Formats: sequence, structure tokens, C-alpha cells
Amino acid sequence: MIADLTETIVKILFIFSINVGFYAPILGWVERKQSALMQDRVGANRANIFNFKIIGLFHPIADAVKVLTKEDFIPEGADKFFHTLAPFLSLTPAIVTFAVIPFGGAYELWGHPVKLVIADLNVGMLFIFAFASLSTYGVVLGGWSSNNNWSLLGGLRASAQMLSYEVAMGLTLIGVFMVYGSLRLTDIGMIQENFFRWGIFMQPLGFVLFFTCAIAENKRAPFDQPEAESELVAGYFTEYSSMKFVMFWMGEFLEIVTISGIVTTLFFGAWHLPFVTDQMLVSFFAGAGPNGAALLAMLVNVVVFFAKVSFFIWLMMTIRWTLPRFRYDQVMRLGWKMLLPLALINIFITGIVLLV
Amino acid sequence: MNAYVAILIMLAVAVATSVGMLVATTLIGPRKSFPEKMEPFECGESQLVSPKLRFSVKFYLVALFFVIFDIEAVFLYPWAVLFKELGLFGFVEMMIFIAVLAVGLIYVWKRGALEWE
Repeated sequence: MIADLTETIVKILFIFSINVGFYAPILGWVERKQSALMQDRVGANRANIFNFKIIGLFHPIADAVKVLTKEDFIPEGADKFFHTLAPFLSLTPAIVTFAVIPFGGAYELWGHPVKLVIADLNVGMLFIFAFASLSTYGVVLGGWSSNNNWSLLGGLRASAQMLSYEVAMGLTLIGVFMVYGSLRLTDIGMIQENFFRWGIFMQPLGFVLFFTCAIAENKRAPFDQPEAESELVAGYFTEYSSMKFVMFWMGEFLEIVTISGIVTTLFFGAWHLPFVTDQMLVSFFAGAGPNGAALLAMLVNVVVFFAKVSFFIWLMMTIRWTLPRFRYDQVMRLGWKMLLPLALINIFITGIVLLV
Repeated sequence: MNAYVAILIMLAVAVATSVGMLVATTLIGPRKSFPEKMEPFECGESQLVSPKLRFSVKFYLVALFFVIFDIEAVFLYPWAVLFKELGLFGFVEMMIFIAVLAVGLIYVWKRGALEWE
């Protein structure tokens, strides 16, 4: 019991420090540098400590200090309670969703079985959908409670867009679950130990559809109609300042990490290297004793998993700075008239292939 | 240990982070208020129309379609997990169910409810 509790707390601290402590601050910097790279600029490079600049890596720290000392502004006529609740509702679910995503295999340490996932739920993917859709409330409440026309328009667009793509997103993954026969993400990860059973080979169309829907659900360009800075100032968070503004951004960045984690787990072999099983890793490190071998194998798993996650984060950043924003009618047409029928067809084809 | 306990701990950590950030920002930041500043932002103008307006019925329609098609997705999940055990019988049954909803989608499409100008 004590051992289980310690194991859980260590895993939570690890994931929390990676997501909130590393990815959330560093992604702001990555986004600025990536946009600068693609637009042939230098990008953020001014923040320094004793003239050490390290390609602008101090900017996240400078941003944090600056944001903390700014005024928390609530406009006249805004609903104070919902105005404060909205950033809370978009950040909290974004942190929790990563709990069911496995970042390594199952090993034995000092006679105690250890699974590298915080909560091994049998309804893992449904849990992710349930919590991810909670962040819709944050966006809609933020837009509605600000007593600002831009915010309201952003919130309306966001609600319709997120609801539309949630339907398509739910249907695109049905094919994956038909192939693997489980909603438990560790099961899906274990099956992909075999390179030829990776999701991308079983469900190529499913991957393209899911990735599109996930970007739209995350409201990033080319689907950033809810915040369209050239039309709506900043959309649903126009009236947010200080840490509340940062909470919306952190929520968005953590959702990017979670989406990359889901894509890695479902389609790109989770924590596995191609053709390398966990058993092979343990026997490769056998010289370090049984516990040492398990620890080293875990380390390889975690590094492989987060390398894949980082790759998909980079892909999403690149897509954002490559494509122009869709018009709102184009966004809705893509969701209802393209992705939804294609998802249904994908289910049909997958069923036929599996039965034959 | 029950996996949901781990979720609860994670939820507690997440709530503590969010609440901590909200409390920090209200405690640390300065507070100066004067009437012009407290107005909602509208590109330098005073607010001309209140945002508590009626908005297009399209948004309500999207919400209705969401309920219909998301329930379809919910029915598909248990079927997808048990797909291999149910075999051909389950496949044909579910295709009939999807066909009924596809007819609904085509109807909505032809009536122009998915058009945004």
C-alpha cells in the first residue's frame, strides 16, 4: 500500500515537472523561435542574466516574472465569478488528462511491479475525451463573462467549432479501437511492440483525420477562428491579463503535449523503438543487475516516448506557421461535410478489412 | 491500488496549481482603477452595443447536431472494443444503425443547416 502510494506520487511528480515545469514554459519560447525561423527573423534573444543569453532561453523566466507583477484586470460589468472560473476550467483538465497516457512499459523493481503510467484505466481514452471536453466550458465562459463584444464572438465561434470537431474526433478513433480491441492505453501500447502493428500502418486515414480534428479542437491555426487576432483582437481572452492570461496559454500548450502523447500512443508505437521489445532492452542491460537493467530500460522507454512527443509538438508548431487561417464557413464545412463522413467511411472500411 | 485514487491525486495537484496561480496573481499584481480603464476593450471607443445580444440560430443548431451525433459515437465505443467477438452479426447491425444516422446527416445537409452563407 505504502509502496503503491509512493510509486504513484513519484510518477505524478515526474509527469507534472515534465509537463508544467518543462514543456509549458519552453513551448512559448519554441513557438517564438519557430515562427522567427520560418519568417527569416532572429526571434526572442534579449533576455539575459549577466550577459549570458543562451539563444533567448531566459525568456520564459522573464515572461513569468513580468506576468506575475502585472495587474489582474476584470472589466466593468463582467461576471467576476465566471471570469475567474474560466481560466481555472481550461488549465485544470489540461493537466489531468496526461494521467492515463503510458510513458513506458511494465517492469519489476525490488520485487514490486511498476507500470510507467499514472492511472491504468480500462476506459483510458474515454477519460481523455471526457476531461478534454471540459476545457470547452473554460473558453465559452471566458468569452461570455467578459462583457466584451470580441470575447463573446470568440466564445461563440469556439463553442460551435469545438462541438463540431469533438463529434468527428470521437468517430475517427473508433477504427483504432476496432483494431486493438481495447480502450486501455497500456494495452494499445503493448500491442505495438510489434513494429508492423503500429497504428499508422493499421489506420493511416484515422491518423490524418484525428490529427486534423485535434488541431481544430485545440483552436490552433489554421483553425484559430475563436481567437483570430486580426479580426477579434484576441477572441475569448481579450479581457484577460496577468496570470489568468497565462493560464489559458498554459492550457493550450499542455493540450498540445497531450495530443502529441495520444498520437504517439495510438499511432506511433507508444514507448517502443521499431523492432525493439522491452524484453530485449532488459536483457541488453543485464550487466547492471536486475534492478539496474529495469531502471535503464525504463529510461530508454521514457526518452523514446518524449522524443516522439516532441516531434509531434514540432509538427504542430510548423503547421501553425505554415498554413493561413480558414474562414469560419470553411472550418464548419470541413468538420461536418468532410471529416465526419470520412470517419464513418473509415469505420466501414476497417470493419470489412477486419472481417475478411 | 485503485487507479482512480491516482486520478484523484493528480486532480488535486492540478487544482492546487490553478488555484495557486489565481491567488498569486490577485496578491502580487498592482491595482489601480479609474473609470476609463475599467471599460471593456473596444479598440479605443466606448462600448457602443452591449454584448448581451441575441445571436444567430446556427449556433443552437450546431449544439443540437452535436448531441445527436455524439450519442452515436458513444454507442459505437463499446461495439468497437468488442468488434472481433461480435463478428459479422455485430458489423451488419452497427452498419444499419450508422446508415440511419447517415440518412439524418444527409437530410440535415440537404436542408442547408450546415451552410454558413
